[in-house]
Amino acid sequence: MGYDLKLKIWRGDSSGGQLVDYTVPVDEGEVVLDAVHHVQAMRSGDLSCRWNCKAGKCGSCSAEINGRPRLMCMTRLSDFDPAEPITITPMRAFPVIKDLVTDVGFNYVKAAEVPAFTPTAEQPQAPFRMAQVDVERSQEFRKCIECFLCQDTCHVVRDHEENKPAFSGPRFFIRYAELDMHPNDALDRKKLVQEERGLGMCNITKCCTEVCPEHIKITDNGIIPMKERVVDVKYDPIRFFRRKPKAETR
Amino acid sequence: MSPAISFAVLSSFVAYATYAAFVNGFYYVKPYISPFYSPCLATVCGGDSHQRIQGANGVPHLGVFGPWWAISPAILILIFPLGFRMTCYYYRRAYYRAFWLSPPACAVAEPHKKYSGETRFPLIMQNIHRYFFYFGLIFNAILTYDAVAAFVESRSPAYGGGHVGLGSFVLLINACLLWAYSLSCHSCRHIVGGRLKHFSKHPLRFKFWGFVTKLNAKHMQLAWASLIFVALTDVYVRLAAAGWLGHGRWI
Ligand code: SF4
Ligand code: SF4
Ligand code: FES
Ligand code: FES
Repeated sequence: MGYDLKLKIWRGDSSGGQLVDYTVPVDEGEVVLDAVHHVQAMRSGDLSCRWNCKAGKCGSCSAEINGRPRLMCMTRLSDFDPAEPITITPMRAFPVIKDLVTDVGFNYVKAAEVPAFTPTAEQPQAPFRMAQVDVERSQEFRKCIECFLCQDTCHVVRDHEENKPAFSGPRFFIRYAELDMHPNDALDRKKLVQEERGLGMCNITKCCTEVCPEHIKITDNGIIPMKERVVDVKYDPIRFFRRKPKAETR
Repeated sequence: MSPAISFAVLSSFVAYATYAAFVNGFYYVKPYISPFYSPCLATVCGGDSHQRIQGANGVPHLGVFGPWWAISPAILILIFPLGFRMTCYYYRRAYYRAFWLSPPACAVAEPHKKYSGETRFPLIMQNIHRYFFYFGLIFNAILTYDAVAAFVESRSPAYGGGHVGLGSFVLLINACLLWAYSLSCHSCRHIVGGRLKHFSKHPLRFKFWGFVTKLNAKHMQLAWASLIFVALTDVYVRLAAAGWLGHGRWI
């Protein structure tokens, strides 16, 4: 059964903007992205938004729906009261380009800063022989679709622009964790991630985990294990003194 | 658990624990000892012929300190479980959100001008959590001993023989919950296997890690259950020691 949906969509650009009201007809089974497309088709052809797959796999349609960072294509209209308007705003942690489109370049800078995979001497080249149990661990992190919703929701940068240079954010902490847990990686990034990438700024409040559309346990399986690994090399006096030189390859 | 409830439960626990630690009495009734006062460090724990400490007569004590010791032993003991819980990854999340509003809720602006997370003193001290975990294990062993001792003692002829008291079960459940809480700890998960790069080369540790991982998923629930139950255990012993529960063999 179709009905008329009220939307409030943020319109504007880097110089400022405001919420604009729209009413569009929607059908049963539709998602927020459909409603935005109806606005583009019927009410306002110049509304900008990013999307590609409409299947929750490309990570481009990230926005804030009623204040909560989510993928527009994975947010069903049936989750909301049809009588209430739905508010859609661009991701707040990143600079707006136009309407719902933000400049997520911050994340590409952080991605480029991650020291690349460095194979061990024993197996210097792909293909690597790995046991399934070792592969599984990093496979969870490989599910990431780079929607950057976790980066957007993390209060360390969301509320503190000044922290951006020193903080890589949850999406990249799981990248550091993945490499640190990789049996064929020989580079130790533990001190780097603590001292220069801001792992210590995370206070494990788990908002990144709450918004991740891929349900990656960012905090429990990535950030906390990484913090513990950092303790091994930086804050644990006993391990510090009796650390085996080859600990990195265990 | 919502921040408001976390706030209420944590505050009540701290208030109750402070009260219970300062009372310095009513923590022992044969054969039960309150978890807040175990192990008993001073000989005065046992009370003397003049019953200096009510409800504490006959407590099994280590007596490391002599009778000159005047402070409530609970204050010394509670440093460890308190430190363990204060630096626990789950409680950190709960109190950063509920007490420090950092953040008050996801995607809700926090009220602080500056934010440095856990990079500076004092919060950088959170990194010693694993040491509190080790101490926690020692206390778990002591409380398990207390529970077993209560079973053994309450079956003795002095209690009618052949029956176990309710208090023994209270102590036992308390010890089990504390073990489950400790074993589900994130540091524990790291120590048993999480720090490895090759699970495949350490099959036994991988098994342990898998077991702790399962428990770890319930760490929040275990944190609350064990916190509340340890307070209830103290309440139980306290009421029994004060004679409120009557003198039947079931207490
Ligand atoms: S757990 Fe850490 S990284 Fe994730 S949102 Fe919270 S502060 Fe940011
Ligand atoms: S970790 Fe999850 S929330 Fe973060 S970018 Fe990847 S898929 Fe998106
Ligand atoms: S359009 Fe691809 S994730 Fe939403
Ligand atoms: S006790 Fe909670 S993480 Fe260690």
